[in-house]
Formats: sequence, C-alpha cells, structure tokens
Amino acid sequence: VTLADATYPDELLYHDQHDWARLEGEDHATFGITWYAQDSLGEVVFYDPPEVGATVSKDSSYAEVESVKAVSDVIAPMSGEIVEVNEALGDAPERINEDAYGKGWLVKVKLSHPTEAEALLAADEYRKLLENG
Amino acid sequence: VRRTPLYEQHIAAGAKLVPFAGWEMPVTYEGIREEHSAVRTHAGMFDVSHMGEVEVEGPGALAFLQLVLSNDVAAIEVGGAQYSCLCNEEGGVIDDLFAYRLGGDRYLLVTNSANHETDLAWLGRWSRRFDVAVRDVADRYAMLAVQGPHAREIVAGALGIELPPRMRVATARVGNRPALACGTGYTGEDGVELLIDPEVAPAIWAELLDAGVVPCGLGARDTLRLEVCFHLHGNDLTPERNPIEAGLGWCCAAKQTGFVGSEPIARARAEGPAELLAPFRIEGAGIPRQGNAVLAGGERAGVVTSGTFSPSLEVGIGMAYVRPALAEPGTEVEIDVRGKRRLARIASKPLYRKEK
Repeated sequence: VTLADATYPDELLYHDQHDWARLEGEDHATFGITWYAQDSLGEVVFYDPPEVGATVSKDSSYAEVESVKAVSDVIAPMSGEIVEVNEALGDAPERINEDAYGKGWLVKVKLSHPTEAEALLAADEYRKLLENG
Repeated sequence: VRRTPLYEQHIAAGAKLVPFAGWEMPVTYEGIREEHSAVRTHAGMFDVSHMGEVEVEGPGALAFLQLVLSNDVAAIEVGGAQYSCLCNEEGGVIDDLFAYRLGGDRYLLVTNSANHETDLAWLGRWSRRFDVAVRDVADRYAMLAVQGPHAREIVAGALGIELPPRMRVATARVGNRPALACGTGYTGEDGVELLIDPEVAPAIWAELLDAGVVPCGLGARDTLRLEVCFHLHGNDLTPERNPIEAGLGWCCAAKQTGFVGSEPIARARAEGPAELLAPFRIEGAGIPRQGNAVLAGGERAGVVTSGTFSPSLEVGIGMAYVRPALAEPGTEVEIDVRGKRRLARIASKPLYRKEK
C-alpha cells in the first residue's frame, strides 16, 4: 500500500532536491527520498545502492532509483561515509513508495560535517517549498 | 498545449498528466504496473485522441496510396485494416500507420500525433497528380483503445455494438453518433480501437469505467508495446532508418517496387542493412533506456532506441540497433546504463509471449 497522501514528518530534515535526513546521535544520519520524490517518480522498480564505505557529498548524487518510466539521481542532504545500505530494497524496491520514511530508507551515514544540518529545511519549510513549486 | 475531450475524466480518475507531442496526456493513474497488468489479464482503456486521422477519398485513392505507402494497399478489402510505413525518397520512415478501407475508394489513415502535420504535408505533396482528396479529419474523432483479454466482450456489452474481427474495421453507432470500431491495437492483447464523436467521448468513457475497464496511461502503453516489440516512431523508427533495418521488411514485401522509397529499401534488402533492430533483455539488474550504448567485446556496437522495465517479465528490456552479426537471438552484449555495464542477451520477438 502506497501512502495516498503527502506526508512530511516533523522530526526529519529536508533537502530541496526531495531527500530527507534523520539525525541519530551526534554524527550519524539515515537518508531517504521524500513522499513527493517517490510520488513524482512512480512505482520504484530498481534501486542501485552505493557501496558501504563510499563517501557521499552534500548536494551530490550517491545512488539511483528507477521507476518503470524514469531514473532519478538521489542527492545526499549531508556529507559523510556510508556505514550501511538498505539491502532489503534489492528485492523489494517498492518499499521506497510504500514507506518512504521507514522501511524505504536508503543509507546510513557517518557524518563528516554534522553542522551541514543547519542548512537543511524543517518539514514546514519543505512543505512551503513544494506549495510554491 | 492541447487537451483531449477526456481531460476532465483524466483529472477525475487521478491521472498524472504530462506533455506529449503537444498534448497534455495521462501517463498513469494508479500506477504503471497495475495498469499494465489490467491489460494483460482483464481490460484497460487508453485515451489516444491525440493520434491523427487523415481521410483519403476519390477515384485515385488506391493508386495514390500505393505510391506513398510501403504495404500493398490493393490487398485491403472494404472493411479491412493494414499496417504500413510512410517512407521518404531515401527509404526512411516518416511515420508508421494503420490504413483502414472504409469504402470502395475511401481510406482512413491513423497517424502518430507527433508526425501528423508532417504526414499531411507529405501526403498533400504527392497527391497532386491523383484524382484524390486528402483531408485532415483529426478533429472529427476521439480515439479510445480498449485492450485486454476481456476488452471485446465488455465493449460489445456496454456499448451494445457488434465488433469486427481482428484487423478489420466496422461502422457502428456509439453514443447515438456514427463511429468506427477497429480490431487493432498496440499492446499485444486482443481488443478494439474506437473512433468516436468527441462530444460523446466523456459518456462512453464513463460507461466503460462502470463496466470495469481500467483507465491506463501512456506509461503502460509503452511497456505493453515494448514487451511485444511493436515499434514506436521517434524511438525505433525515424526518417533516417529504413524498414529493413527496423525489421519491417514484411510490410514492404508485397509490392517491392513502385512506391516512394522502394528503391533504397530494395537495395537495403538485397545488400543487407548496416544495422538491425534487435530486442534484448537484461540478465540481472539494470534498466536500459533510450540512448544507452550497446557494447560488444568492450567496443561500442549499437544504440538502444527503446528501453524500460518489463512489468510482465520483471527485468529490463529494450530494442537496439546493432550490427547484423550481433542481432542473432542468444547473442550476449553489454548495455552501458549510465556508466554501468549490464549484461544483456539478444532475444527473439516478441519479448513477452502470452501463456496459452
């Protein structure tokens, strides 16, 4: 079941390229794509995860998600080193649609610049960005 | 941007609309995979009102169409349908289309929307020496393709009309207006294409919806047609490629000569084309897309013209122009999918075959 309505949890931080970050402890975070991103893309049929140990840079692509129709780069909201990838998405990429903020998480990252969080958007700011197109 | 007569119905059905060939068209409603599956297992309907219609009428109609179309128009009986290529003098494909014979000297051509104006100009130019009228009748019709194993019975029941067999066309009354029912499609499933009065299109849509037909967008139309290796003009067919390269030699075989482009096409047939369009499937992960390079022995050996994820086969599939030696089914190649080499195997047509 795909979430029918737009949802943007308050406890997450958002990047304007439609990615979210959940801060964990002082220097760890989980990344994923937002409800808007998965809805625009349509049913995700393929997720090509990066390697554990790979470096991600804020505002740069670190992975690709593909729907039947299109491929989309996934942009890192913050910089760091990948410590875990969501292997379960290999067999069930549709979880990105069904549970974008839960089982559809993409990577866990050890942050190299935790202060980058200050530049990210709060949920209400991200919602405003979407409303203003 | 133009809207079809069914625009409001698309909005009501929750469509995602995208610009397509100058039209605002539904790409999907509930999801491409669901819509794809509805057509493979039940019945789906596509608003294809963006497609163009050209009426060709007059004592010179047959002779004119024999000159401009690649297939043997003389073989079409009244009430018959035939697939054909409209070729330029170099043998390249300007458009691919269905020709329906509506009367003794009256034919209807259904064109791709992106090519409609080009086709009209081309047909107009070649028609001058014939006693024939070429009319743009695109505004006269809304077009609804209803496809799937149950499409025929549902349409016949819901609209109370008798449907022609495959590859035939029949006049009908739909919404108490004259209409055409065509036993053709673009999905590999049985079904009909209805050419109806735009004014009654919303009511007909609603009736079919009530009868359980699933609205389907251009997204599913593309995955369905690619699974059965039907060509998409602009991708797999272009004015720079001839029908022999495209694997459409069968629709320029009956006449061989005497039509625009026939000489270069005959030459390509005799000498063998430089490249051939070949279907393939990815072995493992990866989804090929239009423009991806085909590699053989690490060297560039062709280009993907259509690529997608196949909802029926659940792998990446596509069609690519490759050297004839590589076009043999079973040949292993690689597809460069945005820098990642994905193993693929050339297959025979169709990529998807219905289990009997």
